[in-house]
Amino acid sequence: MTKRCDVSIRGVEISFGAVRVLEKLDLEVAQSEFLVLLGPSGCGKSTLLNAIAGLIDVQAGKVWIGGRNVTWEEPKDRDIAMVFQSYALYPRMTVRGNMSFGLKVAGMPSAEIEKRVAAAAAMLKITELLDRRPAELSGGQRQRVAIGRALVRDAGVYLFDEPLSNLDAQLRAELRVEIKRLHHRLAATMIYVTHDQIEALTLADRIAVMKDRVIQQLGTPNEIYRTPANRFVASFVGSPAMSFVPGSYEVREGLPWFHAEGVAAPLQGYGFADRLQPGAPIELGVRPEHVEAGGDISAAIEMVEPMGSDQLAWLRLGKHPVSMRLSAEAVAAPGAPMPIRLPPDKLNLFDAASGRRL
Amino acid sequence: MTAPAESMRPAWPNSPAAPRALEPSGARPRRLNPARVGLYAFLAITALFFLTPLYVMVVTSLKELSEIRSGAILSLPLAPTIEPWIKAWSSACTGLSCNGISVGFFNSVAILVPSVIASIAVGALTGYALSFWRVRGSGVLFGALMIVAFVPYQIFIYPLVRVFAFVGINNSIPGIVVIHTIFGLPTMTLLFRNYFVSLPPELFKAARVDGAGFFRIFWSVMLPMATPMIIVAVILQVTGIWNDFILGLVFAGRENLPMTVQLNNIVNSTQGERAYNVDMAATILTALVPLVVYFASGRWFVRGIASGAVKG
Amino acid sequence: MRAIRPRLASRFAALLGLAPALAILVVVYVGCTAWTIWISMTSSRMLPSSNFVGLRQYEALFANERWQVSVGNLAVFGVLFMLVSIALGFLLAVAIDQRVRGENLLRSIFLYPFSMSFIVTGLVWQWLLNPTFGIEKMGRDLGFAAFRFDWIVRQDMVIYTLVFAAVWHAAGLVMAIMLAGLRGIDEDIWKAARIDGLPPWRVYLSVVIPMLGASFATASVLLATSVVRLYDLSVAMTNGGPGVASEVPAKFVMDHLFERGNLGLATAAATSMLITVAAVVGPWLYWQSRRTGRAHA
Repeated sequence: MTKRCDVSIRGVEISFGAVRVLEKLDLEVAQSEFLVLLGPSGCGKSTLLNAIAGLIDVQAGKVWIGGRNVTWEEPKDRDIAMVFQSYALYPRMTVRGNMSFGLKVAGMPSAEIEKRVAAAAAMLKITELLDRRPAELSGGQRQRVAIGRALVRDAGVYLFDEPLSNLDAQLRAELRVEIKRLHHRLAATMIYVTHDQIEALTLADRIAVMKDRVIQQLGTPNEIYRTPANRFVASFVGSPAMSFVPGSYEVREGLPWFHAEGVAAPLQGYGFADRLQPGAPIELGVRPEHVEAGGDISAAIEMVEPMGSDQLAWLRLGKHPVSMRLSAEAVAAPGAPMPIRLPPDKLNLFDAASGRRL
Repeated sequence: MTAPAESMRPAWPNSPAAPRALEPSGARPRRLNPARVGLYAFLAITALFFLTPLYVMVVTSLKELSEIRSGAILSLPLAPTIEPWIKAWSSACTGLSCNGISVGFFNSVAILVPSVIASIAVGALTGYALSFWRVRGSGVLFGALMIVAFVPYQIFIYPLVRVFAFVGINNSIPGIVVIHTIFGLPTMTLLFRNYFVSLPPELFKAARVDGAGFFRIFWSVMLPMATPMIIVAVILQVTGIWNDFILGLVFAGRENLPMTVQLNNIVNSTQGERAYNVDMAATILTALVPLVVYFASGRWFVRGIASGAVKG
Repeated sequence: MRAIRPRLASRFAALLGLAPALAILVVVYVGCTAWTIWISMTSSRMLPSSNFVGLRQYEALFANERWQVSVGNLAVFGVLFMLVSIALGFLLAVAIDQRVRGENLLRSIFLYPFSMSFIVTGLVWQWLLNPTFGIEKMGRDLGFAAFRFDWIVRQDMVIYTLVFAAVWHAAGLVMAIMLAGLRGIDEDIWKAARIDGLPPWRVYLSVVIPMLGASFATASVLLATSVVRLYDLSVAMTNGGPGVASEVPAKFVMDHLFERGNLGLATAAATSMLITVAAVVGPWLYWQSRRTGRAHA
């Protein structure tokens, strides 16, 4: 298992009838990279994955895999393997049958098939399930089998189409770790589609956040989390979610300030990307863990949600709710005043009209 | 059905041999595919086989008898005439009387309307009682109904004739209505039970909490929700009862013979020379009601056989 | 006490709602069946008698040549009709499932015969197969002087014409069932098969057909019941003829009940039909109930 292909999407466009699904999309995936396509349903991420697999024709553009232009190739000739949300196991075949059927039809010698199935089964800890049928397996086991069926293909690229969405929370966490381990072990190229931002953050080398037919931001989980390119990415990634306060940009005594009704926060130290006119309408975004207690911005606690390891306090900042992470030991009572500080270097400012990061 | 067509499983594309001269980009080039041609040929030939009888019925019914004798069965009528249709409707002979198939038509309507209403009412009520109410023995009742759906009528016919004669409803419209209600019960019950079982039970519980009783819940909550099933049931019963032959023959009585029985009498008990054009006109007239129901209902018809007949 | 009263009332109302079904079940389904079976063990002829003769009527029945012909016909008809209808219906469903143009139109064309009665079906095919004016004449008019297609008047072939007409009537039903089954197959299965590089015929053979077991069973049982009930078609198309060459059991029962006045023999024949149906449907119902039982578990 040594093949690792890079993938290159060049100017791909896809429409279903009159509905445009992907807009002139470019994306480079390096060898051995784990790339996650993240976005809400209907953003085109699954379509893109299907196009890479060759299951959907592109209307324009090219798909290169492993240095080969495969735009017109059949899926089986693209050196890919795929894992589906609904597992898509062949119901009337045993686990062994499911994993070996494609290879058998392709005419591979049965000794080699045996070897590959055994290796994949051992890796996924499903060896004792090999003679069962899918109906006799739990959801998590089925998805392991589906991953096993992909592994035996020994492909250059592995595609995952929301593989964990049908599982309950605990199994999801378990298999997430499993997939990550698999990636470390095989160092294979993997492209993974999900709408779950936790999966994206934990698994990815790089994340492509998609919405409305285009990639909104492409970057490492850290970049995506810390410097979201626009308001959508900021609100989609992170849980509990980022709080937003609309207001305006002001300059007082030569220093930049954020101003909203009942709120004035200094912005000195924020890495502005653009020059702003005073009075420009902007939106301030802050993550709960970045709100610091004991500053000179006055706010009040409205409600506290204990979350076990910590607490989430909902504050009222002027007219707007802002959430703040507190340690589990902190004493916080609804109604109590809670002066806070908003550290400028950790804030996010967005253009009120376009939502672009400033 | 709501997903865009292209997201469905892709059609198997064509052989991968693509012109190598230009760099592959955009959609795969489509080429004429022999498998695809064969597929359409198969569908076209089968469609012709299925359509031929309908076509022959129509052209035959529009021909003069002399043309039928001399011409080919598939040819279009040289001088189309609706004479056979008029004759079939109003003066074709069934045995001794010559009043045409219109008599049968009106008999069938007189049988159809009360039978459809009665059978659906009883079936819906039974299906409702079997789905929400845990009455002891309801499982046995339901199982028995399912088994009966498969039993040939011949088993019941003689005793039923005797019972009906005893009660005094044999050879009458009420008699045949009761018969259709009896034999429609398994399918109708299954149809409505399966539908009611698929509804969220909270609906029923909420109505109980609101203090509604058995019949109130049925009438005010469940029946309005079951409108789609009622449509399906009407389609099934209208075609089924209209197409019935054996029950009408045995239970309706001489005066009320349904259209199918009259049609068979017109065609198969004619003395002397047969008027094929009139026969075919009468046949189309008899097939008209279910055909109209079928083409007007579209997918509902398929849904009907899928949810009713198929499982029962 | 006040809390219990409406519950009792409702319970009573529920029983009231089931009363018609219960009455039908007891009086018609159980009572009439028992009555029929009882008569079949008496020496009844025109009028029912209570003279118990054991299985004598059954001995007479199976010695009766017309009954033998009827049963033989039913076997030939049943096997051919079911095989051809299921094969054709499945092929049509697969063909339509290839995303062909005009899918709705094609579906309507294949299914419309099923909406019509067996009487209409029988009469149309009687006309088409009429040797003097029908397909045989057409063949000869085309220049094939020796063309023969007179099966409907030949004793040894007439049963196949019934198969022909019945397949025309029912293949669309099989298609509809199979198409529903095919559409129920997860789209991802097809994608997985394509990535595995399986040729389409292989997917159908190894993956799809095994998945459609329930559809095949449903279609088979439906067709099988219509086989046993076969009556109208024989009456309309050939009236059992020529001779008794296209007689069927259901017609045997009806004729002996109403024309020949032999109640004992007729009810013995009806009971035999019931036993046959039970042998076919019983195992299927058992299988179905186990399957749904498992699905709920």
